[in-house]
Amino acid sequence: MTARDTDWDGVRLHVVTGKGGTGKTTVAAALALALAHSGRKVLLIEAEGRQGIARLFDRPPLPYEERKIAIGPGEADDGRDPGGDVYALAIDPEGALLDYLQMFYNMRSAGHVLTRLGLVDFATTIAPGLSDVLVTGKATEAARRKQQGGGYVYDSVVLDAPPTGRVGRFLNVSAEVSGLAKVGPIRAHADTVARVIKSPQTAVHLVSTLEEMPVQEALDGIAELRGVTGMQVGGIVINMARPAVLSQEELKAPPDVPAMAKALGTAGLHSTETLAEALADGLAEHARQLELQDRERTELEAAGQPIYTLPMVAEGIDLAALHRLAAELRDQGAA
Amino acid sequence: MNPRLDMDRIIDDRRTRIIVCCGSGGVGKTTAAAAIGLRAAERGRQTCVLTVDPARRLAQSMGLTSLDNTPRLIEGIDTSSGGSLHAMMLDMKRTFDEIVEAHADPVRAAQILANPFYQSLSSSFAGTQEYMAMEKLGQLRRSDEWDLIVVDTPPSRSALDFLDAPERLGRFLDGRLIRVLLSPAKATRPFTKVLNAGFSMMTGALTRLLGAQVLRDAQTFVTAFDTMFGGFRERADATYKLLQAPGTSFLVVAAPEPDALREASYFVERLDEERMPLAGLILNRVHRSPLPRLSAARALAAAETLDSSIPNDDTAPAEANGYTMAAAALRLHAERMSLSERERRVAGAFTSAHPAIPVVEVPALPVDVHDLAGLRDVGTALGSAV
Repeated sequence: MTARDTDWDGVRLHVVTGKGGTGKTTVAAALALALAHSGRKVLLIEAEGRQGIARLFDRPPLPYEERKIAIGPGEADDGRDPGGDVYALAIDPEGALLDYLQMFYNMRSAGHVLTRLGLVDFATTIAPGLSDVLVTGKATEAARRKQQGGGYVYDSVVLDAPPTGRVGRFLNVSAEVSGLAKVGPIRAHADTVARVIKSPQTAVHLVSTLEEMPVQEALDGIAELRGVTGMQVGGIVINMARPAVLSQEELKAPPDVPAMAKALGTAGLHSTETLAEALADGLAEHARQLELQDRERTELEAAGQPIYTLPMVAEGIDLAALHRLAAELRDQGAA
Repeated sequence: MNPRLDMDRIIDDRRTRIIVCCGSGGVGKTTAAAAIGLRAAERGRQTCVLTVDPARRLAQSMGLTSLDNTPRLIEGIDTSSGGSLHAMMLDMKRTFDEIVEAHADPVRAAQILANPFYQSLSSSFAGTQEYMAMEKLGQLRRSDEWDLIVVDTPPSRSALDFLDAPERLGRFLDGRLIRVLLSPAKATRPFTKVLNAGFSMMTGALTRLLGAQVLRDAQTFVTAFDTMFGGFRERADATYKLLQAPGTSFLVVAAPEPDALREASYFVERLDEERMPLAGLILNRVHRSPLPRLSAARALAAAETLDSSIPNDDTAPAEANGYTMAAAALRLHAERMSLSERERRVAGAFTSAHPAIPVVEVPALPVDVHDLAGLRDVGTALGSAV
């Protein structure tokens, strides 16, 4: 089976945002892996230059260059689905500026002169909004890039975007630039970028954990994005959800401590009474935590977007864990 | 084993006038700053907390519906030691506007405030927030209304941005580069010579890139702003010196996660280079098990034993339930132990690289801080060991 419906068929650019600490980069990487199946080619872009993607895939720091970093999972063992390829690109504003000069004006050498004079630093960090336009511009360019034969170079592009607090401004490039440049090439460029971002080809996914502040930030982010005409809010990815060890009903009743102590004794443990007591406290805390998680989940559900849930990986994220999370996203219809 | 960071010693020391909480985003910097502010106030300091994070919940936890650019008195704290607590949230545009209004005559100020280039610069330049946070800190410090100011740093991409950004903005506003760019004839001679070769290519590139109108706006802005440039550079320098002064303490806040601690490491090294006084590391949201001596492996093995020996449900329902509950509780414990083990490993990489840095751990709370009581609990965890 190679073709099936996902929640985001038709989306070519997946933007992933979330509050700091919610695992935005991990989710972006897992989504890229999930999208890379059946020979599909996916580009994973890191917008903030932290080299988080290189670390996740256990690679040396990525240069400003699209390079292959992983092979997506095949679906069947018999080789019918050969998997796909994940390419990665770490964008820095300076590289994006040189790229822009080259691509549109064939002016890379002028760009290098500018770099030597420290003026690229000026243009990218001082000219407000410019660096955002260049970064989103690179992502939209990659999403629309065609091969000679006419097909797209990448089937999907996943952009690990800035945190929710800044993503509205980051994506709303034309508004950002319009205060400054009413006409001119950068304005025209921003408008082109905006047309892609505010189209059904782009979806903005939000990552949240089941805690109050990240949930609030995700909801605020959704409201902000909905306020921008044409912007498509994507799915909500609940990350680091702690699975329940018992059902709600089982957790509702207070644990029978003596019975637990007796059971622990048969398993060969000692000081079973104090042990049972402490373990029962642990269960009670777990029950409270699940209740809180449920409340936060209900709040997220009220936003009305598709929800995907990824489990907490207690041992830390490695390549195997990324593949597991990618499989979860795929099973749940995100890719 | 790193020494324990004793926050009480720092906040009880009257010579401590500024505490800066820094760290990457999402580690609980703002909460830590508020908790330290509250604890200091209740231990008798006249404290002001300056936050750049617009977290509504935190404002609510201090009994305010929202925070604004003016320090607000926080009610409901214990003032028996003679202290007080104010809190404010930085409004960077407002702060920038105020500087302009204070330093330019009304006509010129109006001109600057209306300039599109200024409007973009004051509301979205990547370094403005950091610069304005430092500016506000300097203002609060000079006003001398408080004897302790606790500030958290902006949620930057990197924890280091706030150290570099004021310098960058100062350098820009100082304007040599932009002046050379806009009016080469007025530039100092040797500089012009160096630039002449690439100059036309450069202005050409920038004009193509930004458009002539942007450069014109920038020029108008620079002309109107001319008299203020020197002042900006001086202010940036003064704030930088303030941060190096003996009355300042830096705290690095991190969660026991690889990324957060990597940032913390960079920061510690950077503070050292800049000779800025680091007080220690707050390791926030640490998971600890109440049963540290029962290992994850042993708990899992016991859970498996129980799974395979559950008595018949019909004849002994209570007993069977005891088995199920005990097995579940053991699995939960094992999960918690491996999480805590992982955190310990991650934190160990930091502490062994920086063995002299005092560290204090704040346990992970089941819920976010909602009220002063919650902030007080965090403060207690930060205070002297009981």
